[in-house]
Amino acid sequence: MQYHTPATFGDAVAIASGAEGVTRFLAGGTDVLVQLRSDLVEPDNLIDIKRVPGASDITKNPDGSWTLGVAATGAEMSEHAELGRDWPGLVEAMDLIGSTQVQGRATLTGNLCNGSPAADSVPAMFAAGVTVSVTGPDGMRQVPVEQIPAGPGKTNLAKGELISAVHVPARRAGGGDAYLRFIPRTEMDIAVVGCGVNLALNGDTITEARVALGAVAPTVVMVPDAAAAIVGTTLDDAALAKLSEAAAAACNPIDDKRGTIAFRTHVAGVLARRVARIAYDRAKG
Amino acid sequence: MALDSQKTDGFKQVGTRPDRPDGVDKVTGRARFGADMTAPGMLWGAIVRSPHAHARIVKIDTSKAEAMDGVKAVVTRADFSTSVAPARGMRGEMWNTLENVMAGETALYDGHAVAAVAATSALAARDAMKAIEVEYEVLPHVTDVDKAMAEDAPVIRADTAEASVPEGMHPNVVRYHESGHGDLGAGFAEADLVVEEHFVTEATHQGYIEPHACLATLGGDGKGELWCCTQGHWNVQKVCAALLDLETSQLRVTASEIGGGFGGKTTVFIEPVALALSRKANKPVKVVMTRSEVFRASGPTASTSMDIRIGMKKDGTITAASGVFRCQGGAFPGAPMEFTAMCAFAPYNLKNVSQIGYDVMTNRPKQAAYRAPGSPMAAFAVESVIDELCNKLDLDTIDTRLKNASKEGTQASFGPKWDRIGLVETLEAAKAHPHYSEPLKPGQGRGISCGFWFNHGGETAVSLALSEDGTAQLAVGTPDIGGSRASMAMMAAEELGIPYENVRCTVVDTASLGYNEISHGSRVTYASGLATIKAARDAVKKLCARAAAKWGIPEDAVKWEDGCAVPSGPNAGEHDPMPLAKITAKMGATGGPIVGHFEATPEGAGVSFATHIVDAEVDQETGKTSVSRYTVVQDAGKAIHPTYVEGQFQGGAAQGIGWALNEEYVYGDDGRLQNATFLDYRIPVASDLPMIDTVIVEVPNPGHPYGVRGVGETSICPPLAAIANAVSNAAGVRLTQLPMSPPRILRALGTHD
Ligand SMILES: Cc1cc2nc3c(=O)[nH]c(=O)nc-3n(C[C@H](O)[C@H](O)[C@H](O)COP(=O)(O)OP(=O)(O)OC[C@H]3O[C@@H](n4cnc5c(N)ncnc54)[C@H](O)[C@@H]3O)c2cc1C
Repeated sequence: MQYHTPATFGDAVAIASGAEGVTRFLAGGTDVLVQLRSDLVEPDNLIDIKRVPGASDITKNPDGSWTLGVAATGAEMSEHAELGRDWPGLVEAMDLIGSTQVQGRATLTGNLCNGSPAADSVPAMFAAGVTVSVTGPDGMRQVPVEQIPAGPGKTNLAKGELISAVHVPARRAGGGDAYLRFIPRTEMDIAVVGCGVNLALNGDTITEARVALGAVAPTVVMVPDAAAAIVGTTLDDAALAKLSEAAAAACNPIDDKRGTIAFRTHVAGVLARRVARIAYDRAKG
Repeated sequence: MALDSQKTDGFKQVGTRPDRPDGVDKVTGRARFGADMTAPGMLWGAIVRSPHAHARIVKIDTSKAEAMDGVKAVVTRADFSTSVAPARGMRGEMWNTLENVMAGETALYDGHAVAAVAATSALAARDAMKAIEVEYEVLPHVTDVDKAMAEDAPVIRADTAEASVPEGMHPNVVRYHESGHGDLGAGFAEADLVVEEHFVTEATHQGYIEPHACLATLGGDGKGELWCCTQGHWNVQKVCAALLDLETSQLRVTASEIGGGFGGKTTVFIEPVALALSRKANKPVKVVMTRSEVFRASGPTASTSMDIRIGMKKDGTITAASGVFRCQGGAFPGAPMEFTAMCAFAPYNLKNVSQIGYDVMTNRPKQAAYRAPGSPMAAFAVESVIDELCNKLDLDTIDTRLKNASKEGTQASFGPKWDRIGLVETLEAAKAHPHYSEPLKPGQGRGISCGFWFNHGGETAVSLALSEDGTAQLAVGTPDIGGSRASMAMMAAEELGIPYENVRCTVVDTASLGYNEISHGSRVTYASGLATIKAARDAVKKLCARAAAKWGIPEDAVKWEDGCAVPSGPNAGEHDPMPLAKITAKMGATGGPIVGHFEATPEGAGVSFATHIVDAEVDQETGKTSVSRYTVVQDAGKAIHPTYVEGQFQGGAAQGIGWALNEEYVYGDDGRLQNATFLDYRIPVASDLPMIDTVIVEVPNPGHPYGVRGVGETSICPPLAAIANAVSNAAGVRLTQLPMSPPRILRALGTHD
């Protein structure tokens, strides 16, 4: 196994493009190192991107949008008061990951690229409309985060491609987001269902909404029908009931040790309602 | 001097709360656990395990592994004893253990060891392990207890059943228990209400944080040294010697510090394998299990299927009770069904009672003890039915239990007459506790349960050596799994009349004392404690003799008071008290070293009862339960170190909460364990638990010099039932299956199917 610490994303791409066998980028390592130690994967090349200058920066741009470095950790996000004011749902989703120790290492990008349908920050990123910079042998492009996951443990990144930055839109007035997950315990567990909602209001009426679900399909999914169910409403009971139905209808889960199909489908509806209420309250300020 | 009278008050040390002697070592990382030992030239072992639930081992090809760099030895079953023979039921336990440690002709469960390798590094061993080629012929399997008893179930091993098993049962039913008294028919006829219910519990794991680990050295001369984390190193010595055809005394076993056991470290798994590898490689070999190996191939508890029937009069009198308890304990005899059966109705004074137990084999790992083996499941089933009867007859749950409670002199459901017991006292203390009268908030339910465990004495040897400076070295043979070194030092200090800090208690190796039974059966503070007191009294007698010689008076004219020999009686004369340190300072010249010791198999362990009160809330939309308040009331006989008694009470409740709500062995259709990690085997995390309040009841055990009863196991008997009753009352529907995971609760509520 070769361990690399490139100084630029260009160098990282060059190493990855030329590498044979199994390659893994290493951000916080809270997935990669666990997989290594439990003998699930033995990479031939491990490319640590934490040494790239600026990789841990969290920056607010002049237009109010945010650029997050790919090595910025959950703890750094939680400690950033202004980011939390703009995007409380995104930050709380990231903050749910693991323990204090894990928070000191875990990243949004790692959570996304690990490819778990149950990844906690991913529904929140979907809902927030996050985009990422993908750097590869052919240069750089910016893509919506929804285009990254391909299936359990898989992404749409091609050989040699990595994510070099995370872009979070500006938070406009009258907007709010939230994330909740269902786990049978209170922490240190994996989402049986996760739900992220981001919405914008005009007065009491919802003008825009994005709803995403985790752990109910092979990837995190956007649920446009659920968003449509609440746009134009004041989140009254009828709207919540429709939201619930749409969320349940979008589920295509599996029966496994973590939950049954019927349970996941039912709880997706329950969570969607609860999350939408929180996002709505936050949007109202 | 009256050595054998019971002392229940006037203590100086007992009942205080000093720091534990191993505390600093543990918080600074100085303590050495199983995996912390190394030796020059040490190799690493790794074990090849069956991926199949049931398969004939056709061929094992080790040639590729043996040819690899750094590989020094490969062992299979051929490298173990050929003289240990199979036998029916528990008489075959040594062979069962051998078969479990290393499979013979058949792999009996997912994770069953089939070969092992030793190499110069952990990685080399892991790579070599993958190079061992095993050819299997997959056989039909069964992992469910009821299915394993059905006519069409695959036979796991013919001719294993004991003669007591009724004619016509499936060969997987290997042991049978039946007990009770009275006339059930007449009893049920007298009842105003009879409730009958079927209950199911899944297997759970003790969940100790330290995986099994050992370092073994065994030469061709048959002399060996073994360092391991275990609850009983004399047992390890005896069993390893048998499985490897060694002389017992030639193998010295040292117990490391232990990161939890709860019964799961009362047997051997990797130790004989490490010794076999070491003998073959002629080098020390270390083996450390991964967490996944711990789940797949150590010893979880039994899963059960139970039927309970109880009849009650309108005034709460139980008229009759019967139970059928089916326990599976993996691919070997030994599921603790007789304990399940015997504990089930133990809290109640019943005229008509019957209990039947079946020990059933399945393709799962060989069960091991888990705190009060078998009893928690029985309490779950029985106490749920009592709760249901109380609900339906509108009776107070504690008053009803008090009305039927076992007491000194009443006949136990399994036969004997009770000695002095403290069940009534725990019920009364629970009733008087503010928790019981606190109004419930909307959405909450309250549950009560009693629980019972026998406790145990067992072979015990202790020695206490005095040092020149007047301090004492106490050597015990029972690994400290709950703060026992502190309790032992306190009891020795109490008898000697010296400060607690002046006693150093050590768990010594097998070469240093006579046989000590395992730290199990809640026996340590009782039996090693009794032996410590008697060893200290033996030392005191010798101290008094030295003072008598010095003063020139008869030995019986000297007594021991506050750490000094003092003259006593009319002919003793006038002498200043002689402190312990003054006697020991000169002991080399006055007769040599002073050592007190005691060896026996104490029989008076004294049973223990508990009553738990639990409040729980259920989220009706998601099925998620939270335990909002928990109170443990238990009879400790006499609490030597109250903090560690409370710790045992709280620990039992915490493990019970996990067992009741989320912990379970999940098997796929292929018979493979699906959740062999702490991510998916859901033990409670700290934030899942409420503050667990404790009340220590002290009804002295007549069988111990200070009245001690074991406390380690009884605390896990009531939680499953108390939580199930709280959850059922909160949800408004009776939960009859554990764990009460959110999907199961929603199903019970009829939210979905
Ligand atoms: C104890 C524990 C608890 C956990 N709890 C949770 C939880 O509650 N919820 C949850 O969702 N997850 C949880 N996780 C999983 C993990 O912590 C998260 O997925 C985390 O966000 C991963 O981030 P990382 O930086 O550590 O990723 P890494 O392990 O460094 O990488 C993860 C994957 O992303 C790839 N990758 C990393 N950076 C890049 C990049 N720039 N470009 C392309 N690919 C990249 C890696 O190659 C790897 O495949 C837990 C893990 C542990 C150990």
